[in-house]
Amino acid sequence: MKALRCVALLFLSAFMVFALALRVRGAKAPAKTLILSTTTSTQDSGLLDVLVPIFEKQTGYSVKTVSVGTGQALALAAKGDADVALVHAPELEKQYVTQGKLLNRRLVMYNDFIIVGPKEDPAGIKSAVKAVEAVKRIAGRSAPFVSRGDNSGTNVLEKTLWKRAGIEPKGSWYIESGQGMGSTLSIANEKNAYTLSDRATYLAFTGKLNLVVLLEGDGALFNIYSVMEVNPANGSRINTVGGNAFADFMVAPATQEAIKNFGVEKFGRSLFVPAARMREADLN
Amino acid sequence: MRLIWNGIVTAFALVFGGDAEVWSITGLSIEISGLATIVSLLLGMPLGILLAMSRFPGRGLAVALVNTGMGLPPVVVGLFVSIFLWRSGPLGFLDLIYSPAAMIIAQVIIAFPIVAGLTLTSFQTLNPNLGLQLVGIGASKPQVLWLLCKEARLPLLAALMAGFGGVISEVGASMMVGGNIRGQTRVLTTATVLEAGKGNFDLAIALGLILLALSFTINFVLTHIQQRERIRWPKPS
Repeated sequence: MKALRCVALLFLSAFMVFALALRVRGAKAPAKTLILSTTTSTQDSGLLDVLVPIFEKQTGYSVKTVSVGTGQALALAAKGDADVALVHAPELEKQYVTQGKLLNRRLVMYNDFIIVGPKEDPAGIKSAVKAVEAVKRIAGRSAPFVSRGDNSGTNVLEKTLWKRAGIEPKGSWYIESGQGMGSTLSIANEKNAYTLSDRATYLAFTGKLNLVVLLEGDGALFNIYSVMEVNPANGSRINTVGGNAFADFMVAPATQEAIKNFGVEKFGRSLFVPAARMREADLN
Repeated sequence: MRLIWNGIVTAFALVFGGDAEVWSITGLSIEISGLATIVSLLLGMPLGILLAMSRFPGRGLAVALVNTGMGLPPVVVGLFVSIFLWRSGPLGFLDLIYSPAAMIIAQVIIAFPIVAGLTLTSFQTLNPNLGLQLVGIGASKPQVLWLLCKEARLPLLAALMAGFGGVISEVGASMMVGGNIRGQTRVLTTATVLEAGKGNFDLAIALGLILLALSFTINFVLTHIQQRERIRWPKPS
């Protein structure tokens, strides 16, 4: 009998869990929400903190921004767990578009990747000019290199460089951090190692690193951000209207202007270049 | 060292300068972890008492499960709760992913085995005959339960502190099921990770210090309640 009463008490408690959870949810969840899956650099650079409030004010939507590596961001959208994707890995994106999981891929903006490393530049990549040549020299000297190792947009591009150089990076000099760009820069800094970074995150770390920019300006280091809509067939709970509204917003002229002006005040230069009216072929 | 000093200065500036965002992040941390702790007590205490006071087949297994649950890694909890709550998951229709409610669910799963396990041990440290003695002097069953709880109140408060301490300081599950969304699910721990990732180390230190101060204040109050009585020794003559 006593055990029975205790079990009843447990069930009552479990019911209260739900009641409380629903109460909190009711208090917090606005009527119209949409989930944006995006990469860490748009969040870490502070760009979304500027753009999302403008979008919310214009449309009345409440945006849930989930910032993860590009690989995961795309996977979430393909499973129908996000309503719109803003990411930066063209090769990977095109695969999802070809499969029909994501639709209407549109360019939003670009900046560039840079290879940073210790001032002494032990592998001598400064004179390499081409990124592929630079990674060849790094591997040739077995100079320490920190990789994101997380299938993020940066990591995808890095893997392309190794592939084009015909090298499979292996050995104690090749360090996979498995973390975001900020943490990876910090690790490279502590280990006096080379790493590939997007420019926005590197600029955000100005004054906190001893690493210097050793290679930039190669066409292979273009960093292109695109927005994609989610195929409504990916799941039953996708907010297609809201997701498409956000995609439209990202390429609208006023938003593109805001992207151009972002970061000028703090860093003395734009972190991203608007690209909605450009064609991909022109960028490469 | 200058970095830590800057962090301390930033922490004071944020708290006493009335930074609205930091206050709301702190408030949300207390709300989520507080509710999760209360729910964990409601679930964990009856379970602990049941396991301590009854004997049934499978009890040994249940105790082992509770003891394992006391060390559940928050990221594993976060992963499984995410899988269930994703829109594509079995509980997706509830629309709970990336909400404070999802974080409460994950934190309850982390904290309730801690509460249950410590309740179990605290009841087992009581004199096994105490219940019978109380019945002998005419106490009813609910009265016995109440008196036993009173008798075990010191370790029960320790269970409360351990449960709350476990969830307020937890980051893995909150990050995965909450998504660290600004103004909605950003709590002190996830904000600390974010600011460190952005390279704002002084702000990260400041948030960490606020978390420590919060944890200290709550534990100080609870410890004060717990330690009101001391073991009395005979007065020296």
